[in-house]
Amino acid sequence: MHFAQPVLRVFVTRRIPQEGLELLQRAAVCTVSLWDSDEPVPRAELLKGVEGAHGLLCLLSDRIDAEVLDAAGPNLKVISTMSVGFDHLAIDEIKKRSIRVGYTPDVLTDATAELTVALLLATARRLPEGIQEVKSGGWSSWKPLWLCGYGLSGSTVGVIGLGRIGLAVARRLKPFGVKRLLYSGRQPKPQAQEVDGEYVPLDSLLCESDFVVVSCALSPETQGLCDKAFFTKMKTTAVFINTSRGAVVNQEDLYEALTAGQIAAAGLDVTTPEPLPTDHPLLALKNCVVLPHIGSATYSTRGIMAKLTANNLLAGLTGEAMPSELKL
Amino acid sequence: VLVVTITNLLWIHTFLSLCSSLFFLRVQFELWDSDDPIPRQELLKKVKGCDGLLCVLTEKIDAEVLNAAGPNLKVLSTMSVGFDHLSLGELKKRGIRVGYTPEVLTDAVAELTIALLLATSRRLIEATHEAKTGGWGTWRTLWLCGYELADSTVGIFGLGRIGVAIAERLKPFKVKKFIYTDVAPRPELAAAIQAEYVSMDELARQSDFLAVCCALTPETQGICNKNLFSKMKNTSIFINTSRGGVVNQEDLYEALSTGQIAGAGLDVTVPEPLPTNHPLFTLKNCVILPHIASASYTTRNAMSALAANNLLAGLRGEPMPKELQL
Repeated sequence: MHFAQPVLRVFVTRRIPQEGLELLQRAAVCTVSLWDSDEPVPRAELLKGVEGAHGLLCLLSDRIDAEVLDAAGPNLKVISTMSVGFDHLAIDEIKKRSIRVGYTPDVLTDATAELTVALLLATARRLPEGIQEVKSGGWSSWKPLWLCGYGLSGSTVGVIGLGRIGLAVARRLKPFGVKRLLYSGRQPKPQAQEVDGEYVPLDSLLCESDFVVVSCALSPETQGLCDKAFFTKMKTTAVFINTSRGAVVNQEDLYEALTAGQIAAAGLDVTTPEPLPTDHPLLALKNCVVLPHIGSATYSTRGIMAKLTANNLLAGLTGEAMPSELKL
Repeated sequence: VLVVTITNLLWIHTFLSLCSSLFFLRVQFELWDSDDPIPRQELLKKVKGCDGLLCVLTEKIDAEVLNAAGPNLKVLSTMSVGFDHLSLGELKKRGIRVGYTPEVLTDAVAELTIALLLATSRRLIEATHEAKTGGWGTWRTLWLCGYELADSTVGIFGLGRIGVAIAERLKPFKVKKFIYTDVAPRPELAAAIQAEYVSMDELARQSDFLAVCCALTPETQGICNKNLFSKMKNTSIFINTSRGGVVNQEDLYEALSTGQIAGAGLDVTVPEPLPTNHPLFTLKNCVILPHIASASYTTRNAMSALAANNLLAGLRGEPMPKELQL
């Protein structure tokens, strides 16, 4: 006699890179219901799509809260997000329901650290301004003091949150001649030794750094961390970089700091909200560079993230060990 | 009495160091006190009878200028590391010593080269434009994806101080391999960055990122042309922060617009400035900066001081901190 396997149902909230979709389809472990679009699934469609699902594959633009979990029902045993951040997941609700969670740390560290350094350099060396001048006819000839920026050579860099990404950023900045590498966080990290990192109180980091790089996770403790008091302590020649999550920064206070000359410049890859409305004051500032959250945006990394997300999901469906499980 | 002409604006401390030295030398100096270049006619007038000349890269110092200056001229100091604007043959003939500013600008130039490389490979300019003009929707999986340095091959065209400094900075980005081409192998420099010497053709074929760091000479004039671009990968990124004349800009436009290479970043062009209606500006995958590689406050300060010290040493008949061997 042939016993049919129970059909496991999976809802995928976006058209993810082919590498990931193919893995799901070839595994023949589940039927895949796909929101086949480059754009986010509307809330109503999400609530419908998850009904009875055993697995949910989502992106950081999908808020997975009690409403979604209730709509899914008791079958749901695994959520796999194609991101390393998980602030879009209601962790308590998920834990309560004994749902396992997969995410994508490590595989995006290189791409994100690279983008963070790219943003820091573009901001410090005034690249967007330079390009604007070139296009608008502002470039007349070589001049000794035109478009001068701040160099890394001999500087002090402060990293707030020396995790995987923070450490990877520090490694990449070192050969630019950085004199001191400071970091702050809840406790010192042994891996900081590799980059000669000095563990200091946040206030010291702010007072002494020429470049401040925010690389911590978004949590209740870090929400709005970068506010008026924060920027007041920084040097007027300092450059501020955030590639973590938008909500870590108080954007009104940042705008004030930039226009009042409290800090020299800022580069952001993350904002509140995303996208930032085109009439937002920060977008009009010459000394503020805003990128549309492209930290992990390389072809190879997004492909790898897709595969890992799919593999996490499959492992959760079949009750096996996940390649990258989030400890709840 | 010695008269020194200085073209272009200098930092205050350069004035001070000049003045304090000039007090003992009884030197008069004249300054073209502007941010903008000195017009040719003014230059030819003001160099008459000079003992020393301090210039920047916008002045072409050729036989005409040297003849106008006359036989007193014994030292020329340029505030640049490039010297393609100087007629070396004419200078040597007249026994004029030349000072320039290598090394003090290496860090800033290497840093800007990497800034330009990353801005090109990670599509920063396209991205900032989308953020400002409403093209930014919510997070999407393949939008604005670029090419990563991790696991790549980086090729350097012309391995000198700047080429080595670039490679040193790229290493922690997990570059798999460094290769270089030059008129001859440079074993000591190459050893510092574990780079392999290859032919120009191989450099084109293997590089995911190709950075041009050579001097502009008759041999390198226009050497980055369709012959080079046609051999490159269609996923590759081409970066030039050396001199505009090394690149054939029409061939580059062809290569970029037909997808022969993925992107290009230029800090130098022909001419400078590049006219705003130049075809290269119509390409999303071409990033053009207005020759700002050494534009950091500390570096321009250091270049200015070095140029002043080279000049003073030349006037006193002493060894220069950085003399160009003619």
